[in-house]
Amino acid sequence: MPPERREPGPGGIGGGRSRLGGTGRRAALITAAVAVLGACSGSGPQSALTPEGPIARQIDDLWDLVFVLAVIVFVLVMAVFAVSIFRFRERKHDTREPRQIHGNTPLEISWTVLPAVLLAVLAVPTVRGIFEVRAAAEGPDVIQVNVTGHQWWWEFEFPDMVSDDGRTLVTANELHIPAGVKVQLNMTSRDVIHSFWVPPLNGKRDVVPGRISQLVLEADAEVADKDFGFGPGIIPGQCAEFCGLAHADMRLRVFVQSPADFEAWAAAQLEPVPIPTEGAAAAGYETFNSTCTTCHRAVVADADGAVTTLGAERTLEVDGVTFLDQFGPDLTHFGGRSTLGAAILENSEEHLADWIDNPSDLKPMAPLRNDLEAGKVLGMPSYGIDAEQIAQLVEMLEAWQ
Amino acid sequence: MTAVAQSVDHDPKTGLWSWITTVDHKRIGLLYAVTAFAFFLIAGIEALLIRAQLAGPDGTVLSAEAYNQLFTMHGLTMVFLVVMPIASAFINYLLPLMLGARDVAFPRLNAFSYWLFLFAGLMIYSSFLFGGAPDGAWVGYSPLAGQLTETVRMDFWAVGLQLLGVASIASSVNFIATVFTMRAPGMTMLRMPVFVWMALVIAFLLLFSLPAVGIGLFQLFLDRNFGAVFYEAAAGADPLLWQHLFWIFGHPEVYVLVLPAMGIVSEILPVFSRKPLFGYEFVVFSGAAIGFIGFGVWSHHMFTSGMGPVAEAGFAVSTMIIAVPTGVKIFNWIGTTWGGRLRMATPMLFSLGFIAQFVIGGLSGVTHAIVPTDYQQHDTYYVVAHFHYVLFGGAIFGYVAGVYYWFPKWTGRMLDERLGKIHFWLMVLGFNLTFAPMHILGLNGMPRRTYRYPEGLGYEFWNGMATIGAFIIALSFVFFIINLVRARRHGGVAGDDPWDGRTLEWATPSPPPEHNFDEVPLVRSLDDFWHTKYAEDEEGRAVRVPAVTGAATDADTEAGDDHEAIHMPSPSYYPALASLGLVVFGYGMIYLNWGWIAVGVGAIVALWGLFGWSLEPVTKGDDH
Repeated sequence: MPPERREPGPGGIGGGRSRLGGTGRRAALITAAVAVLGACSGSGPQSALTPEGPIARQIDDLWDLVFVLAVIVFVLVMAVFAVSIFRFRERKHDTREPRQIHGNTPLEISWTVLPAVLLAVLAVPTVRGIFEVRAAAEGPDVIQVNVTGHQWWWEFEFPDMVSDDGRTLVTANELHIPAGVKVQLNMTSRDVIHSFWVPPLNGKRDVVPGRISQLVLEADAEVADKDFGFGPGIIPGQCAEFCGLAHADMRLRVFVQSPADFEAWAAAQLEPVPIPTEGAAAAGYETFNSTCTTCHRAVVADADGAVTTLGAERTLEVDGVTFLDQFGPDLTHFGGRSTLGAAILENSEEHLADWIDNPSDLKPMAPLRNDLEAGKVLGMPSYGIDAEQIAQLVEMLEAWQ
Repeated sequence: MTAVAQSVDHDPKTGLWSWITTVDHKRIGLLYAVTAFAFFLIAGIEALLIRAQLAGPDGTVLSAEAYNQLFTMHGLTMVFLVVMPIASAFINYLLPLMLGARDVAFPRLNAFSYWLFLFAGLMIYSSFLFGGAPDGAWVGYSPLAGQLTETVRMDFWAVGLQLLGVASIASSVNFIATVFTMRAPGMTMLRMPVFVWMALVIAFLLLFSLPAVGIGLFQLFLDRNFGAVFYEAAAGADPLLWQHLFWIFGHPEVYVLVLPAMGIVSEILPVFSRKPLFGYEFVVFSGAAIGFIGFGVWSHHMFTSGMGPVAEAGFAVSTMIIAVPTGVKIFNWIGTTWGGRLRMATPMLFSLGFIAQFVIGGLSGVTHAIVPTDYQQHDTYYVVAHFHYVLFGGAIFGYVAGVYYWFPKWTGRMLDERLGKIHFWLMVLGFNLTFAPMHILGLNGMPRRTYRYPEGLGYEFWNGMATIGAFIIALSFVFFIINLVRARRHGGVAGDDPWDGRTLEWATPSPPPEHNFDEVPLVRSLDDFWHTKYAEDEEGRAVRVPAVTGAATDADTEAGDDHEAIHMPSPSYYPALASLGLVVFGYGMIYLNWGWIAVGVGAIVALWGLFGWSLEPVTKGDDH
């Protein structure tokens, strides 16, 4: 239930006397109507009030408890307040002075102690909840994901999912997880503080440079088939800590899949993509290999099956853990992703062409301030590539499913 | 009594120069009020632009760059250039009057605080002309605030806040000294009005909290301009240090913003209920308790930062504890109205609105203390809703109540009740329509500080409502401005004591003379002025005491005071000069390349001001 806690102001109660009483009542009515609408309004796919997993549900249960208590306290206090305002408001011809009451110590002590008791009661599930929600996921089934926050996108690495030739599973902005399994995120940032947040699966956790922060995601088994408006099992999330220019556009999606589908996805992701040998895509590959690999990586295989990783591997060491620290997202299976630009646009040929032409038209970034030598990246610049070359690149990238 | 008036008249009382050189706490209070109101209008325009951008999905009114500057400046302005100075305005004007004093302890230091606040505020706003305003949020989280050293935006923020901090520390020292040394005979601590108590509490809060953020701001400035690595994770530093230093200041700061408004409400409710404040000692001590506990809750702003569960549990409990004294105040205010004869004049309406809306803000604050739910609420519009219920529905309503209540004292004119009530009802409607939906938006996953949101997440409707509400708030202030302008000419004549007040300021003429009191009053009880007018009958009801004509307070004056001449401090331009020098110095620090010249000039001017100030006689033209 969304909160509908708001009040019409004291005038809803006592405003009838003045010439403005009408306005006051109208205001009260409108506010009340807004309150009712609020109670009925849908929650949306990114809502904390529609938990889709046990951890988020535990938080939501605690919210329901504190919300109901808060409403009760509010109604009680406002009822007394309203009675006081209505009953003791000045009336015409009423000139008798009120009794001069200076206080009432037993009463005051009781309304000091009672809230304290109520809060002490609330403190118990609060403290328990802190330790439970923050507990690290343990066990052989737990899936580990290393998350690197970048201005303004997410890099995901599954350190335990390794190909035969020793490559780990790497992707960006779209996190696939199996339903009903705990997923342990180990997160750090390469630049400023971000915050990883997918409300239906858990609360947020800040992603701080120089530190590893942890968050456990777990989705209910049936979520894989639920459609929240983006396709089955897809839940939107986004960065929740202000991280500069494109903070609003640092989005992500979690793809909750059945364990079998997840296994299949993971296996496919570990495969290299083919080097195109003919047509426009082959020309696109030339451009890719000369320009894009400055920042992006891709794992490719030639016709003989020889695997090459294009682009430098950059990493970041935090507390003994190695995180990926690439300048741009890994593009190996780019064509298989449903979004681009950190989940702000649907992945279509048209959007991709616009993006390659000038990313800053679609997302506010500051690539002119990039200093790759110093490791400073504030977005992808426009390389002034002509339309034909862009079309070639698009054809190649979209074919890398 | 008659010999008094002339001897204090050192200077012409009109003209720009008289305002620049004034050391009269009342005129400085008015300067604070007018300046803060001007900044309030600017911050309001910023808010309207923000709301226009968010009225629908994928808004295109503002670029991300402009949006980030505007929300940063809105927050910074409202906290440092509106609410703090409006509190200063009330404290400046009322503290000496309520204590039965003739001025604050250090009148020239008072002027220095005002001018430094004004110049620093203008300096921060001048950044719009020099390549853009600060855009790293008012909290300036590191390392984001240290990034982009090619632009000086966050240097304006770092240096500007530092200067504002100096002004606030000077004010705090002044107010503390005033309360401890300038009280009229008989004005014991527990006879002081609650407003004075709250002023004292926030002065201590500022004095102890500002140094923390001051250190942080210096570190950040050194990081940005001199290659220091205080917040550089790659060099092994911990960026969370900034958050601790900021919130050790920032949380007490929240109480700095709201406690004076609570003091105002505590003055207004008894007057318009015609009853004394219910449980004066409880209200005073709960205010002091909030001040103490307020230093132990800062990390509840950091529940998602990764402090560790034990720290989170500790700060959850301390945050719950602080809800207790806050609740006490609410209950005592309701107790004050209970059994009274409530006169629904505009100051009373705004005070009652304060209470109702503050309860909502207080309760949503408790939900933040339930840490796991705060993992969801943190940094969302739910938080934006919460602190606007506390700081707008609470503090701003309280300060507006104070304007309606004391305007007659400041100007001798009454504000119009009809316009006041239109203002009140529009503001209640607009405020709740703006900020109540933000609770829903936040819980539904909308983060704050985002310049746009896409379709399909269900944020359109409530954002649209909030935008409509914001424009209704703006409309309500049109009525306020009309009322203020109209009242200067056409407002009813107030007289000394239009509300049948309880505190000493109502014993003076409206507006009070420069020296406030012809004769320093002798205080015998809490609400002493009321007790000169009313006694209690055997039922405990107030009964009017027959007025003693002429010198009603004659018997209350200091024994042995044979009406000798009153010496008020002379006007001085040195405080304004010293603060101007400091701000020039600040500009130089921001533009270090050529700015060393400005640093030098600023330092010389500031020192010139300080030396002139130290060496000039306190009163010139002494005639004895």
